[in-house]
Amino acid sequence: MEWFFQQLINGLALGSIYALIALGYTMVYGVLRFINFAHSDVLMLGAFSAYYVAPTIERVLPLPSVLGALVIILISTLICAGIGMLIEFLAYRPLRNRPKLTVLITAIGVSLFIEFTCQHKSVFGADTKPFPNLLPSTDFHLLGLIISSNDLVVVFITIILLMALWFIVQRTKMGTAMRAVSFNQQAAALMGININKIISFTFGLGSGLAAIAGILYALKAPGIEPLMGVQPGLRAFVAAVLGGIGNLPGAALGGLLLGLLETFAGGISGLSNYRDGIAFAILILILLFKPAGLLGKATVEKV
Amino acid sequence: MNLKMRDLLFIGACSAITLTFISCGGGNSGSTILVGEFASLTGKEATFGISSHEGTQLAIEELNASGGVLGKKFELKTEDDQSKAGEPANVVNKLISKDGVVAILGEVASSRSLEAAPIAQQNKIPMISPASTNPKVTETGDYIFRVCFIDPFQGTVMANFATKTLKAKKVAVFTDVKSDYSKGLAKFFKEGFTKAGGTIAGELDFNGGDKDFKAQLTAIKSAAPDAVFVPGYYTDVALICIQAKQLGLNVPLFGGDGWESETLLNIGKEAVEGHYFSTHYAADAASPKVTAFVAAYKKRYNGKVPDAMAALGYDSAMFLADGIKRAGSTEGDKIRAALAATKDFDAVTGKMMINEKRDAVKSAVILQVKGGAFKYLETVSP
Repeated sequence: MEWFFQQLINGLALGSIYALIALGYTMVYGVLRFINFAHSDVLMLGAFSAYYVAPTIERVLPLPSVLGALVIILISTLICAGIGMLIEFLAYRPLRNRPKLTVLITAIGVSLFIEFTCQHKSVFGADTKPFPNLLPSTDFHLLGLIISSNDLVVVFITIILLMALWFIVQRTKMGTAMRAVSFNQQAAALMGININKIISFTFGLGSGLAAIAGILYALKAPGIEPLMGVQPGLRAFVAAVLGGIGNLPGAALGGLLLGLLETFAGGISGLSNYRDGIAFAILILILLFKPAGLLGKATVEKV
Repeated sequence: MNLKMRDLLFIGACSAITLTFISCGGGNSGSTILVGEFASLTGKEATFGISSHEGTQLAIEELNASGGVLGKKFELKTEDDQSKAGEPANVVNKLISKDGVVAILGEVASSRSLEAAPIAQQNKIPMISPASTNPKVTETGDYIFRVCFIDPFQGTVMANFATKTLKAKKVAVFTDVKSDYSKGLAKFFKEGFTKAGGTIAGELDFNGGDKDFKAQLTAIKSAAPDAVFVPGYYTDVALICIQAKQLGLNVPLFGGDGWESETLLNIGKEAVEGHYFSTHYAADAASPKVTAFVAAYKKRYNGKVPDAMAALGYDSAMFLADGIKRAGSTEGDKIRAALAATKDFDAVTGKMMINEKRDAVKSAVILQVKGGAFKYLETVSP
């Protein structure tokens, strides 16, 4: 029984990271109706920003400390928000009125471009770098179970960000404009909404989320390299689809579910090799019965 | 004299060809013995290639300082294969056909040695790999040698270590299913360990590059093993050690030579403390041969401590020189015969003999992580 609860904790901790990354995917999709595959690379850039910013911050603030970590996360988030907007401006904006497939392929191109540029030895290099310990961490022992404080931080931040995003999208003027753009770009423009500004903002927000997820992921597994975003990015994308792409709480739910499935499948001796197979087979089953995802609404496209 | 333009061109071409022949001839008949080396000096596995190259270079310099062999000095021609597939074939072809080297030294990575080996074999040029442990490398042909031990031996060594030194009865095995190296080591470990009377408490797998190992480690913990065998590479191993510690899995973890890198210590920090791995040599071993090598290497490379790849690179060059000396010739087939007949060669990485498969038979050392450094623990003989 103890084994079961420990795996439950492991799964929730992993799932929260997936949830956090999935939020970024689903938000960009919600507004623009396309998958930003470079999201997982912005995640990596977030971890690397923190890696390079940390030594400078350490001169002013002691590390590991909560305040130091917050400052580093904030700076990295801003850097990545800027990068996200830049990617949108350079790669996606010129293709705004082209078929969605063109943008999708460009997104894959941007992703590969970032990955392989960063692997060059004059950028980050391909070798794994030790990520500094930003947060003071302890392990809580409870009835034979072990909970890492870092995992609790991840769960806590994911909940906060989910609520903040919901608030931005549902309760602010910017959010109203985002929803309008998502609904109909041309009509929104006719109503006096600056489409470029809204889309830029969406990318900035999504990339900021990716940066936070990247840093939390690096705290969990403190070895960072330019391809670190690929695996979690793929899982988070699946999580977003599972929850119903475009739906914020759905992304969080999908992430948690995927994390739990993977952890329980991976913990079986002799079967751990097939953990992704098992997890993804269950996902296919779910999608067979709920094609729009767990919380997604089935929509009818008018032709 | 009334030379036309055409004649001038002809004379120019002739002298160019003659010059090429003169410069090419250096390989076999000149005053030096030309040795070719290919290594990953740049790219992903640059640290391995640079280490082995520095070791090789030091050996060549020492050999020349003591007068070379057969009254000739050595000349080392090094090519960079950029850690890329396809490149070893190019550079080794060039070394053999254009430069005319008498022998090839290289590579660390088994996949790249496997690429170059057929070319050396075809041209009947002896090739010595410093550190490729995959059994297939020397199976290519009778001109291919290595100065390191092979994976089956390493797996068996760790099985003996687990039973004798760790006194473990139950061991869990945590394998990287993406890597042939890891799967090979795990296989030979399991065979050796069950033969010695131990039980395998659990077999869990991961994919190299994974970041979350807690699911498998929790399963391992609930199987309550005495130790865990993790035959992976250093980046994954470091994360595994960290997460094992977080989950309170407080038993020794141990693995193979894929652990040996500064990166293991930089990422793993206190979580890798106390764990063990097998490798080719220990810089702090109390042997006069090792002490002399470490001192010479430090002097030559600004105080840098040589790792296993550097020691093996050094040994590969020394082994070749020994073979040429005993052959009394620089002809490929004679060198080959002399190398194959090696019975008792005193290398920095231990005394070795060459078996009928042209693999080195030699001892392995076990290192332990202690105080943020690799410390020599014991030597295991074959």
